[in-house]
This record gives sequence, structure tokens and C-alpha cells, in this order.
Amino acid sequence: MDLGINVVEMLIYLVGIIAFAAGNAAYLVWVERKGAAHIQRRTGPKEVGPYGLLQPLADGAKLMSKQLIIPDGVDKPLFMVAPLIAMVPAIMIFVTIPFSDSIIARDINLGLLMIFAFASVNVLALLLGGWASRNKYAVISAARAVSQNVAYEIPMLIIAITIVMVSGSMNLKEIVDFQAGGFWNWNFLPTNGNFLGPITFVLFFICFMAETNRAPFDLGEAESELIAGFHTEYGSMGFGLFFMGEYANIVIGAALTVILFLGGWYCPFGLTDGIWWFLIKMYLLIWTVVLIRWTYPRVTLWSLLNLSWKILIPFSLFNLLASAGLIKILG
Amino acid sequence: MNLAISPDLVPIIREGLFLGLIIVTVLGALLATCSQRMIRAVLGLVVCFIGIAGIYYFLNSPFVALMQLLIYVGAVAVTICFAIMLADPDDDKLTAKTPGLAGPFAVLLGGTVTWALAYAAMTATWMTPAVKVNAGTARDLGESLLTTYSMVFELVSIVLLIAILGSLVVARSGRDKTEC
Repeated sequence: MDLGINVVEMLIYLVGIIAFAAGNAAYLVWVERKGAAHIQRRTGPKEVGPYGLLQPLADGAKLMSKQLIIPDGVDKPLFMVAPLIAMVPAIMIFVTIPFSDSIIARDINLGLLMIFAFASVNVLALLLGGWASRNKYAVISAARAVSQNVAYEIPMLIIAITIVMVSGSMNLKEIVDFQAGGFWNWNFLPTNGNFLGPITFVLFFICFMAETNRAPFDLGEAESELIAGFHTEYGSMGFGLFFMGEYANIVIGAALTVILFLGGWYCPFGLTDGIWWFLIKMYLLIWTVVLIRWTYPRVTLWSLLNLSWKILIPFSLFNLLASAGLIKILG
Repeated sequence: MNLAISPDLVPIIREGLFLGLIIVTVLGALLATCSQRMIRAVLGLVVCFIGIAGIYYFLNSPFVALMQLLIYVGAVAVTICFAIMLADPDDDKLTAKTPGLAGPFAVLLGGTVTWALAYAAMTATWMTPAVKVNAGTARDLGESLLTTYSMVFELVSIVLLIAILGSLVVARSGRDKTEC
């Protein structure tokens, strides 16, 4: 094992990653509330600071100063551990995400695999949190969240394999480098004849939204049926951690989509490449996710599971085979 | 400013990491076997898996370590949890009380096995490690699975296929044919 780690660099990345995750979580909530408000012809937060820009800070202070209430009858150790399990894998995943050519905490050869490995731990948090709450709504929500995550992990992994096959690497940096040289080289719509790019992209995007429990797939927290789902019993920072974990996962999903399909930090038309392009693409994707959440109705559990098992899995398998064939034909 | 870790500290950190991972694994295993609630036992199992994944990573096999996380923590543990949830309510799910003799007997048996293993490990003459076949990367693993061990690989996939078909048949038996 190589221990030639620079301590200062490690600390900077550690602090930076946690700050990035927390800052994004805080301000995406603001974006979400503003977006929702304008879609519903309201104003949204506007009192705290200009355009309500200080609202996230106020929310954070409120959450942190609240008393941590642990109801009687919950399974105490599990109840306390669950929010941590929601947050830690998300932070771990950021370690291997290449924001630009040089901004990457640890360039791991199996980066893509590492992201999926840690992302798969996340569902345990919902499960344990819901179960430990001893509340029927939380338990139902946990069961839903798990069946959903198990169902959508399969097509997502199959699509990831497709991309690995197309780019010939599991290293995220190499996958991005494979798409260098402008819009027409991206995996989204490559001109090398692989016309399956857009299909793969759409399949991946659907799976990403389902995996992060976002509307229209947010059955785990369908408030009209389940109050607040698995975090019904959580207050103060326990709830805060769940929330931060959810938004961190959205950021990770968008970043992964950018890396796999949209050319990472490369400019679409050959101007200066860099982290700014990565962030622009990432935030555009996140904005799309917010728009979808507030404009589409929630699906039923039945159709959600049907979509995965009967449509996405066969499609992604066929897509995998067809992509392999295309690669073979095109050489 | 370059504050790299000084070379004298490296072995200490290495030993510490290894010991820490072993402690995590053993604690997880203890939690899994000793706790009365099934769901906590599953959590112990998860901790144990994570410790083992850490040991794999420590021993220079990141691929196996990540697979351990992806499959055992992400799939197996979640499926076990799910099975527990689908069964009866929580209060019936305490593990059964063991008869009085089981404790001492288990200690005796476990002690014997531990002693035998330790004895074998201490006294055996260890072979020199075989020649390293390849670097153990994902590419090497994939190539050997599709060339040297392709037969085994295919057989494993047939076993999995049979398992899936079997579970489908079991799940199907209670259902009405007109449904879905």
C-alpha cells in the first residue's frame, strides 16, 4: 500500500469536499424552493437577505440549534446510526470525482466502480432509519425505497457497463479524456457512428432520478400517503443529515452524468476547458431535475417497479448488446 | 509547504490500519452473532463486510474490495433486511433462546478450532509465495475469466440462472394466472 500522501493536500481536499457537499445541499434547497415557487406562481423565500439568499444559512442554524429528540420506543443505536450512513458514502464518493484535469482528490483506476459501490450503501440508511423509527409510515416507506433502489440499480449498472465498454476504461478521468474535442465527441451524441448514445443517456438519467428518490419517483417520501416517509420521526440535525445526503446524491448523480455523457470539464466548442464547464453542465442538469420534480406528478409504486423490471432492464440489456455490436462493426 | 508523512511513521500507520480493520471486522462479527434483534445482527454483518473490504483494499486488491462493498453490503445485506421486513413484526424477531449447555459447548468448540488454526499457522512451514501471475487489475481478471477460466465462469452463470428460475417458480405458485 502506498502511503505517499501529502497531509496538507489531503486536509484541503477533505475540508473542500465536505464544504462543497454541504454548501450545495444548502443552496440547492434554495434553488428548489425558488424554482417550485415560480412554477406555482408564488415568490418563494424572499425575507432573509436579497432574494432570500440567506435563507439556507438561517435554516441551517435552526436545524443545528434544535433539540435532538429521540422518541421512546425507537431502536436507539440504529436510529442514531442511520443519518450517518446517509451522509458518509456521499462524502466518500466525492473523493474520486474529477472536477477538472487537476482537481481530483484521488485518481482511482476503478473510479466508476467505487462510485457505484458506495452509492449502493446509501439505501441501507433509508432502510435502517425507517425500520428503527418503529412507525408504520416509516417502515412502509423504507420497504418502498429499498424495492425501488434494488430495481433501478440493475439497469444503472448495465448502462455503466455500456459506457465502460464504449470508452474502454473505468477510470473517470480517462472516460472524460475519451470525449475530448468538442460536442460531437461526447458519449451523448458521438459522430463515430454510435447512434445509441442518446438512448443510453436517457436510460441513465431516468435511473439516476429513481436512484436518488427524486420526484416523479419519490415514493419513499410521498407526503400525502406516508407523512414524510423514512424520516418522519427525525428532527433537527438527524433530519438535516438525511436531507444533506439526498442533495449530495443529486450532485453526485449529475456529476456522474456529466462525466459519463457530457464530456466532463471539456468545452463543447473548443474554448478554454476547465472546472467551470463541469460546474455549468452539472448545475444545468440539476436544474433539469428540479424542473422535472415540480412539473410531473408522482407515479404509483406499481408503475414505478414495472418501468424498471419490464422496460428499463430489457432495454438496457439490449442496448448493451447493440453497443457491443456497434463497437465491433465500427472497429 | 510539503508536509509528507515521514518514512519512519509509515510502518506504524500501516500496522495501525491493519489492526483497526481487523478490530472492525471482529466487532462486526460479534455484533452479528450476539445481538438479539435480527436487524441489529444484519448491521453487524454490514460492519463485518466493510472491515473485510478494507482488508482487501489494504492487501492491494481494490477491485475485490469494491466488489465486496457493491455485492455484499449493497445487495446481500439489503436483501436480508428486506426479507426480515417482509416477515413478522419486530417483537417476534428476537433470536431464539439457546439451551443452557450450548454456551460452554460453543466456547469449547470455538476455542478448539481457534487453537488448532493458531497452532497450524505458527508451526507450519510456509511455502514461498507462488509467482505473481498478473497485477490483479480488473483487466487481468476479466481476461483470465474469459480465457483460462471461461468454463467455470459459464457454469457459475448457469447456477445463478437456475437460482433465478427457481425463485420465480416459488414466487409464482401462489398467484392467479389471470393476474398481470
